[in-house]
Amino acid sequence: MPPTLKACTPPPYPMAPSMTPVTRFIRESAEVFTFDLAPERATPFTPGQFNMLYAFGVGEIPISISGAADAPDRLTHTIRAVGPVSAALGRLKAGDQVGLRGPFGVGWPVEEAKGFDVLLIGGGIGLAPLRPAIYWLLRHRAAYGRVGVLYGARTPDDLIFVSELEEWRKTPDFQLRVAVERAGPEWTGDVGYVTPLLSKLRYDPADAIAMICGPEVMIRATALALEDAGIADSRIFVSMERNMKCAIGHCGHCQFGPLFICKDGPVHRYDRVRDLLAYREL
Amino acid sequence: MAKADEAAAIITVEGLQDLLQAIRAGGYRAIGPTVQNQAIVYDDIESVEDLPRGWTDEQDGGRYRLAKRNDDALFGYSVGPQSWKKFLHAPKLRLWTAERDGETASVTPEPSPTDRLAFIGVRACDIRAIEIQDRVLVGDLYVDPHYKALRERALIVAVNCGQAGGTCFCVSMHAGPRVEQGFDLALTELLDGTEQIFLVETGSDEGRALLAQVPHRLASSREVEAGEAVIEHTASSMGREMRSDDLNELLMSNLEHPRWDEVATRCLSCTNCTLVCPTCFCTSVEDVSDLSGERAERWRRWDSCFTMDFSYIHGGSVRASAKSRYRQWMTHKLATWIDQFGSSGCVGCGRCITWCPVGIDITEEVRAIRGCDTSAGDWP
Repeated sequence: MPPTLKACTPPPYPMAPSMTPVTRFIRESAEVFTFDLAPERATPFTPGQFNMLYAFGVGEIPISISGAADAPDRLTHTIRAVGPVSAALGRLKAGDQVGLRGPFGVGWPVEEAKGFDVLLIGGGIGLAPLRPAIYWLLRHRAAYGRVGVLYGARTPDDLIFVSELEEWRKTPDFQLRVAVERAGPEWTGDVGYVTPLLSKLRYDPADAIAMICGPEVMIRATALALEDAGIADSRIFVSMERNMKCAIGHCGHCQFGPLFICKDGPVHRYDRVRDLLAYREL
Repeated sequence: MAKADEAAAIITVEGLQDLLQAIRAGGYRAIGPTVQNQAIVYDDIESVEDLPRGWTDEQDGGRYRLAKRNDDALFGYSVGPQSWKKFLHAPKLRLWTAERDGETASVTPEPSPTDRLAFIGVRACDIRAIEIQDRVLVGDLYVDPHYKALRERALIVAVNCGQAGGTCFCVSMHAGPRVEQGFDLALTELLDGTEQIFLVETGSDEGRALLAQVPHRLASSREVEAGEAVIEHTASSMGREMRSDDLNELLMSNLEHPRWDEVATRCLSCTNCTLVCPTCFCTSVEDVSDLSGERAERWRRWDSCFTMDFSYIHGGSVRASAKSRYRQWMTHKLATWIDQFGSSGCVGCGRCITWCPVGIDITEEVRAIRGCDTSAGDWP
C-alpha cells in the first residue's frame, strides 16, 4: 500500500525547508524541465502528492512529484517555467540545492483503483503529476484491468517525457493516445483536444476509474465527457491547482469553497467538486 | 482554562491594581486596553492608570468615536479595532533565516517565542475568536509553533461586557456577552454610583492562585445578581442581530445571488474587514535575500482574500472581480468555515462593520440574501 500523509510525523517547524541537492537535471522542452532531488531522509509519497520547492532567495512554489513512488530516496519534479520561482528553479544544475518541504496532500487513488480499468488523462504539464500513477500501474500491472492514457499538448514541441511516451506506446496491454492542438505536416498523430480520443480507448465504463490533471477548463470538459461515457462521478478524480503559500492549511490561499486544495486535495473526487467547479471565480 | 467553577469573589479597583502587579510579578507581559490615537487599542500596561477610565465608544457602520462616560468605568466600552490575534498570530513574523556557504545552504527556523502574555480585558467574543484560531493553527496535523508557544503560556483575564456596541451581535453568534469558558479569571465591573467593584470568577488553577494573592472577599448573592443583570442588560441591547442557524445552506445555495454584484459596487476591497476580524487567519510569505545573495529570510505577514494577488496562479487571479472576493470572504466566514473547522468563523464582534470605510454591514448583507433566496425560487 502506498504510504500516506498520516504516516508522517509533522516537523516542528513546518514552514522551514530542508536544503536538498539536485542530482539530475533534464530539459524536457523549451519551457519544461525535470530534476531529481536526493532528500536527506527517505521520503515516501503517494502518486499525486506535491512538495513545496524553494529557490534560494527567490521564493517557493508547490510542485507535484513526477517520479516513481517506489524510490523514496529520489524525488523527481517536472516544472514549467512560468514565473520568477519556476524560472529560477529552471536555472539550476546538478549539485545545486533546492529548499524542500513535503510531501503534502492527498494523491491519486491507486489503491482503490485495483481491479478497475484505469484511465489517466493529462493536459500539458498535467501529465507530470500523473506520471507517478502511471509508473505505479505499470509496476503493479496485474492488479488492474485495462489501462489507458490520454495526453494532450499545445504543439508537438510542447510534449514532455517524449522518449517515455514511445516506450509506453510499445508496452503491451497499455493504451496511449497523444493529441496536440496545433501541428505541422510532420505530425502524424491526433490533432485536437483529448476528449474525443476517449472513444478510442477500450474500457468498461461501469468498472473504470479515471484520473485527470490539466488546466481547469480541460478538467471540466474531460470530466463531463467521462460522465457522458458512463463513468460514475464518484469514480472520477481530478487534481486541482490554486495559489498556495504554506501547503499545511494555514495560509488560506488555496481555498476552493469548503476545501483546502493543499490538504483536502490536490486530488479530489469529482462528485465532491463538480458543483463548485460550475461557479466562476470561486 | 475551564468554565467558572466556584463562588465568585469581589475585588476593588485597588485589588485590580494588585492583581495586575501579581500578574506582572509572575513573569507576564500584561497587555490591555489603552486610549491611543482616539481609539481603544491593546498595548502594554503597568497599572490600572493605563486603562481607559471613564471612556466609552460609539460604533456604527463605518463609524467609531470615543466618548466620555459619566462614571469611572475601566471597561465601559465595547471592542476596539484590534483583537488579540495581533499578539498570538503576529501581523509580520520572520519564519526562518538561510545562509549560503559555498555550494550549500542551511535554514535556521526562527526560535519559538518564550514570552508569557497576559491579556487583560478579553471579551467573550474574543475568547471565542481565539478558540477558533486555535482550531486553525494548532488543531490539525500541522501546528504553527509560534502561535502554539504563545497560546499555551497566555493568561486570559476576561471581562463580561457592561455595554453592547452599536455593531455588536455576539448574541446572534452564541459567542457572548457572557464569558463562559477559556479564561483564567473573569471580571464583571459593578458600578452602582457609590462604589466601583469587580465580581471575579476563576476558571483555572492559575487564576485561583492569582486571586489568592490579592485582597478579596466572597461576593454576596446581591452582587452576583448585579453581575447577572449587567450581562443581561448587555445581551438585550445588541446593536445588530443576524439569524445564524442556517447560513451555510443559505449562502452556498445563493452563490450567484445578485446581491454579490450590488455589494461589489460599494466594497473598496480595502481589506480592513479581514485585518480587524479576530478570526481571519490568512497569511502570505515573502522570501527576501540580501544584496550578496548569501543570506535569505522568509517572512510571513497577514494577507487578505480581498487582494488580487491572493488567488493568483499563472495566467491570472482566480478571483479577479470584487464581487468574487467579497463573496469568498463572507461565504468563508459564515458558511464554509463550518465545514472546515466545525463552527462559524464569525463571533459577532462587529469590527468588520465598524471599520468598513463605506459601512458595509455583514448582518445587512445576510438579510438581503435571506430576503430574496434565489434557491427557494425568489426573484431578485
